[in-house]
Amino acid sequence: MSTMAVPDVAVAAVDEGFWTRNRKVGLVLLALGLLSAVLFGALATDQQARFTLSDDAAGAALEINGTIGAILFGIITIAAGAALLAGVPKRWFLPVLGVGLVAFVLSFLCWQVSAAPTGQNFMPLVNIIRGTFILALPLIFGALAGVLCERSGVVNVAIEGQLLMGAFSGALFGSLSGNVWVGLVAAAIGGAFISLLLAVFAIRYLVDQVVIGIVLNLLAVGVTGFLYERLMQTDATKYNSSPRFGNWNIPLLEDIPVLGPALFRGNIFLYLGLLLVLVIHIGLFRTRWGLRTRSVGEHPTAADTLGVKVLRVRYRNVLLAGVVAGIGGASYTLALYSFTKNMIGGKGFIALAALIFGRWNPTGALLAALFFGFADQLATYLGAINSAIPSQFLAMLPYLATILAVAGLVGRVRAPAADGKPYVKG
Amino acid sequence: MSDPNAQSGSPDKEPASEAQAAQTALGNTEQAEPTTGPGRSAPESKPTPTLGRLFLDNLWAANTFTVTLLSLVLAIVVGAVLMIISDPEVLSTFSYITARPSDAFSASWTLVSEAYANLFKGSIFDPEAFSGWVNGDNGWQAVLAPISETLTYTAPLVFTGLAVALAFRGGLFNIGAQGQATIGVILAALAGFLLPLPPGLHLLVAVLAGALGGAVWGFIPGILKARTGAHEVINTIMLNYIATYFLTWLIVQNGVQDPTRTDAISKAVDTSAQLPRLLGDNLRVHAGILLAVLATWAVAWLLNRSTLGFELRAVGANPDAARTAGISVTRTYTLIMVFSGILAGLGGSNMVLGSTASALTPLVVAQIGFDGILVALLGRVKPWGVLLAALLFGALQAGGNRMQSYSGISLELVTVLQALIVIFIAAPALVKAIFQLRAARAARLQTSLAKGW
Repeated sequence: MSTMAVPDVAVAAVDEGFWTRNRKVGLVLLALGLLSAVLFGALATDQQARFTLSDDAAGAALEINGTIGAILFGIITIAAGAALLAGVPKRWFLPVLGVGLVAFVLSFLCWQVSAAPTGQNFMPLVNIIRGTFILALPLIFGALAGVLCERSGVVNVAIEGQLLMGAFSGALFGSLSGNVWVGLVAAAIGGAFISLLLAVFAIRYLVDQVVIGIVLNLLAVGVTGFLYERLMQTDATKYNSSPRFGNWNIPLLEDIPVLGPALFRGNIFLYLGLLLVLVIHIGLFRTRWGLRTRSVGEHPTAADTLGVKVLRVRYRNVLLAGVVAGIGGASYTLALYSFTKNMIGGKGFIALAALIFGRWNPTGALLAALFFGFADQLATYLGAINSAIPSQFLAMLPYLATILAVAGLVGRVRAPAADGKPYVKG
Repeated sequence: MSDPNAQSGSPDKEPASEAQAAQTALGNTEQAEPTTGPGRSAPESKPTPTLGRLFLDNLWAANTFTVTLLSLVLAIVVGAVLMIISDPEVLSTFSYITARPSDAFSASWTLVSEAYANLFKGSIFDPEAFSGWVNGDNGWQAVLAPISETLTYTAPLVFTGLAVALAFRGGLFNIGAQGQATIGVILAALAGFLLPLPPGLHLLVAVLAGALGGAVWGFIPGILKARTGAHEVINTIMLNYIATYFLTWLIVQNGVQDPTRTDAISKAVDTSAQLPRLLGDNLRVHAGILLAVLATWAVAWLLNRSTLGFELRAVGANPDAARTAGISVTRTYTLIMVFSGILAGLGGSNMVLGSTASALTPLVVAQIGFDGILVALLGRVKPWGVLLAALLFGALQAGGNRMQSYSGISLELVTVLQALIVIFIAAPALVKAIFQLRAARAARLQTSLAKGW
């Protein structure tokens, strides 16, 4: 089964001239802006759209008239699009694009919030931010696992399986021991177990890494599902009633308006996830380990020549990835819910999308995961206010965004050069 | 040819060609093997071992057949271990294994053998039903029921397996069979209950609608790959989810949802659009399996006999060389994904026009797309191999149902078995090491070449 020998065999010739990619993006943004100013403006009502700085309708709020807000933010998007179309310096491209897209989202929200049933014309920001982070959490851990693996040149499609196995063994051993910390360690080991299989088959037996990833996902679904039905369903109190981590309030920080209650009254996994992003980012770009990891992922032969043990680096990173993803899985079972069959439900693949969307970069992955988490949270919110927008279409958003990203519409994404290519010395 | 073999004069590896065989024989004479006639160089002149010995030697080599069989054995063993460690009663007998080992062994044996016996009875042949038929207790249908179930589960897997295999041969990894089957199932069902057409034509239109849906969903990653180089693995994964969300949205729309129900289920497909059952109404096997065989033949023909098939394999082997030879890689990539999508879409039509379901539900497609990946790998990405692999997977599914209801072993064990079989098959070197197999001459078993994004 020979898959593509040259990944970019069929890249169309780069079309320069007037219609550069930036201008095309500008055109799209302009169209979006027109859409939001006209359509959202027309559909929005004269109600005040309130964005409250708390958990509910009470308290201080940012307010704007629905129609005015929708049109105003639409015009900002149009302006951003026009700026890109007119041609801005390259370093301004991303900020301008960001402003345009955020304004588009705000215009959309002005419409939705103002058109909500009377009495519900508010959006509790604390709630939204907290929900975004909670929903993004498994994505952050999963995408970090992907970063660790793929930066060293091993494709990790098994994120789903690692998360699931982590969630399962966290719940199982947490219940058996009655101790969350034991559960946490077990979750890390569970994720590392799937990683070990991935590493052995991909590195030692040179199995196609995408193939083994897909199969390992199925294996994880099967094994956890099987043991769930045999053990947890028959005796839930013994096998599936793990203690959970409570919320830890961080002094001082928790008093920051909006962000404080949203972010600094969370559980250990939230802090751990954010800390890991920082640690892995610094580790990857500032330490010897990071340099070696990246060199093994980009050009293993050169790294080997310089004395880096290519296979050892890969084994270590793949196992680390399993530990990270396993802990991510535990963020479900040791904090929120008890284990159910196939409870990760595709989050591993969204994490993969976040990894790609974030360009194989920890910080980028964090931002992508937050974006996907926000889309998810927004779907819940819109469902609560009886929006006309079907939640399924919002749920599609991460996947559509990823397709657009890899198709090169939002800037070319490039995987580590040796990603997925087994290294055979000699 | 390795030295020890040459010296022993009984090469266990069959020479690749007659010319090579002659050379080996010549080599033997040069080493003055006393048993070799000096004047003759034909392979027959060597002191060939008996046919039976040769057969056994080759049997215990890492050839396709042996590795597949041993992978199956390994998977069954791991499955048995899982069963034992997840059964508290059996496990309790292990606590005094040093005192009375027989308890532990007999309890384990009873558990495992009963489960696998039910797996067999549910998928292939049930002796009780057979004796019941001989005694006149039940009809002949009961005897054929296991086979009928197996074939029912096999049919859609053949289509998705072929879809994945076809793309593989063209150098593309289509993980999107699931999504293509989902869009296929949607269009097939819509055509099945929205179009008022006469019987026969209605079925044809519904089946083709499924194929069209798959084709569209395959075209997207195909054209993106061809035009922008966007990796089809990423795009097909994303399109799978988009298709699933689209399905869950569509089911509850007016005109689609069953008006008498509040849960997510669509109207039922008209009987005029359902695939006819082959063995009467009591057995679920339907004409889908015949279509599956036909599709296997068609794909085999396409791959091995047609111009497109040649271009497809050329692109799969080396896109750069193919382009140099004047084959349009862009066009071929797109066509591969369209054809792959058509096959997966047909698999989708099978799910709603056959006997497994007659209306859209969120889970109507089951896992056929992902199972199709396993089937394609197990079938060594060859059309007829895919058919056999699908039969095995269909049998596991059908038997798993009986195992679940009779032995109380969760159906998830079947997923475990399927995944394990493919893991072992994907790493023949591991199987070879476990069973100390000889190296095989056949070059078929080389591990698949891993490539990047």
